[in-house]
Amino acid sequence: MSEPQTLTDRLWAAHEIVRREDGAALLWVDRHYVHEGSFNAFSQMKARGRSIAEPELTFGVADHYVPTRNRAGGIADPELATMVRNLEGNAAESQITLFGLRDPRQGIVHVVGPEQGLTLPGLLIVCGDSHTSTHGAFGAYAFGIGASEAAHVLMTQTLWQKKPKRMRVCVDGRATPGIGAKDIALAIIARVGADGAQGHAIEFCGSAIRELTMEGRMTLCNLSIEAGGRCGMVAPDATTFSYLKGRPYAPQGADFDAAVEAWSSLKSDPDAAFDRDVSLGATEIAPIVTWGTTPDDGLPIDACVPDPAREPDAARKKYIEEALAYMGIAPGTKLTDVAIDRIFIGSCTNARIEDLRSAAAVLAGRVSKVPGLVSPGSSPVKRQAEQEGLDRIFKDAGLDWADAGCSMCVGINGDIVPAGERCASTTNRNFRGRQGRGARTHLMSPAMVAAAAVTGHLADVRPLLAGRKL
Amino acid sequence: MEKFVRLTGKACPLPQPNVNTDQILPARYLKWPRARGLGAVLFQDLRFDTAGSERADFPLNHPVWRHAKILIAGRNFGSGSSRENAVYAIYDHGLHCVIAPSFGDIFAQNAVKNGLLTAIVSEHDAAELAAAVTADPQRDVTVDLEQQTIVCGNRTYGFSIDPVSRNQLLNGWDDVELTESYRAAISAYRASDGLRRPWAIPPKPPHD
Repeated sequence: MSEPQTLTDRLWAAHEIVRREDGAALLWVDRHYVHEGSFNAFSQMKARGRSIAEPELTFGVADHYVPTRNRAGGIADPELATMVRNLEGNAAESQITLFGLRDPRQGIVHVVGPEQGLTLPGLLIVCGDSHTSTHGAFGAYAFGIGASEAAHVLMTQTLWQKKPKRMRVCVDGRATPGIGAKDIALAIIARVGADGAQGHAIEFCGSAIRELTMEGRMTLCNLSIEAGGRCGMVAPDATTFSYLKGRPYAPQGADFDAAVEAWSSLKSDPDAAFDRDVSLGATEIAPIVTWGTTPDDGLPIDACVPDPAREPDAARKKYIEEALAYMGIAPGTKLTDVAIDRIFIGSCTNARIEDLRSAAAVLAGRVSKVPGLVSPGSSPVKRQAEQEGLDRIFKDAGLDWADAGCSMCVGINGDIVPAGERCASTTNRNFRGRQGRGARTHLMSPAMVAAAAVTGHLADVRPLLAGRKL
Repeated sequence: MEKFVRLTGKACPLPQPNVNTDQILPARYLKWPRARGLGAVLFQDLRFDTAGSERADFPLNHPVWRHAKILIAGRNFGSGSSRENAVYAIYDHGLHCVIAPSFGDIFAQNAVKNGLLTAIVSEHDAAELAAAVTADPQRDVTVDLEQQTIVCGNRTYGFSIDPVSRNQLLNGWDDVELTESYRAAISAYRASDGLRRPWAIPPKPPHD
């Protein structure tokens, strides 16, 4: 009898080429996604006089620097235009497929990969972006890397890694209406802490996770990095296979059926051992918003922000004081009393079709009290939303309906939150200055952002859903 | 890559936890090539106010610590974005070692590829080291990777680092060259894997 294995063990073993005495393993990379920010990796490769090893396993996407408005006129900012042009040049030179600015499949890399069927169960996927953990939703081993590692992958299609510890996060029970994957993820991060999963590969399991759609699982795995996890994953099942069937780059016909058979073995053995176990009850999870400047600052919407005067730990007290000062919130304020200046719906965390539907369900027939931007996760998501009439709901509510890209999540394409303004955002990081210097970010689900829009303050979405079809 | 064996210099304390890579290098500088001088914009929004003036209370602006070679940081240093440019900014500013109770995983990987030592100490030792250099900024600190020790005044602290990273830093190993020596194993894997997992190879790009 071989020892019981976790999903992490299985995925790792399938990709290990050699293992050194010191524990480092050389892993095979099945997919390497690159974007405009990958220019440092291409430069390193060229500086060595080397070329790409496996162009057919490498895919480029323009997302970080692309404008979300007035694309027809090209990119006005010369520095941003250069970033996109450099990606086009590197892709052409290395003969890799590029989903460029004008490609109908363009979008955020972590939306496009799954949407095109490039992301599949059992693959090892890397990208020079920490939210690569998203692809683990399919039962892939997916993680973010830096430029030197990306250069190594370009040149060799392999990567040296040390096997992480294994962590299981189990969420059982049925989430109540109005509670989404984002709430579950923020609740997990608040529980384990922003570095609680450091050095670990997380496997999400339990009935509440099984109930999630692929969009929900992607949101969850996307946020693994905000708990410090090396990667996050969900074992593939019928939901996964049905999402993938017929996608352009997924296996077709009999090949697909054979693949499903292979993918069905990608799960943890019932008696497999994990280095760490965490469990949550889904029924107890309320809509969550963050109040501070790290993603583990999530609280249920009916709570008050902390009061540093009541904090016994000196370091924690100092953090609370500084975070509240940056966020411009008085100690002990009720979250629902915090007025907002704008909203953003977008990013690799929450800009898939289901996210847009859940925001639109709240916004339909209502008007936003603050300005806001809705940037769909990809051009196909945008087209689908327009077919469903969601764009009209956003526009009628007074929000901007824009093109697909990373946009206001990282604020480097020109979409930023002005200094001092407070944004209710579906993104992944409430770090100081993340959405622009001096910007104040509150993270929450798309439905909760919609609730903040129509009330003008942080608000519980649940009463706003009464009598509405979800 | 330059080897890291031993380093002596001034050590700048930055004790707050969760200093993420957005703080180390704000995203607006990610389009800069390294040669443009990322060291000058290290911790830009913490070091300078919006008018561009130095914030006197930020430790790296201290007359001694602006020339520090070592940073003594808080827990979860370098968390968040995978931007390797954050490591370039630290290294190019002249800081070649960061001491902290823990590091973001991707940051730590990026650091070792660039010769930046990430030395892990307990919360207690990090606080004690920060207090010692705060009391006497002129005090030199020596970090010895072979011995895995940090010497500050008459105190010696041990630190931990992943043995793989330690080997790489001590030897100045180049990953790509090392990988080349496994070329035969890679080819063999590729050939057998194609049979084992035929579905892992994407079909030719579909036609529009």
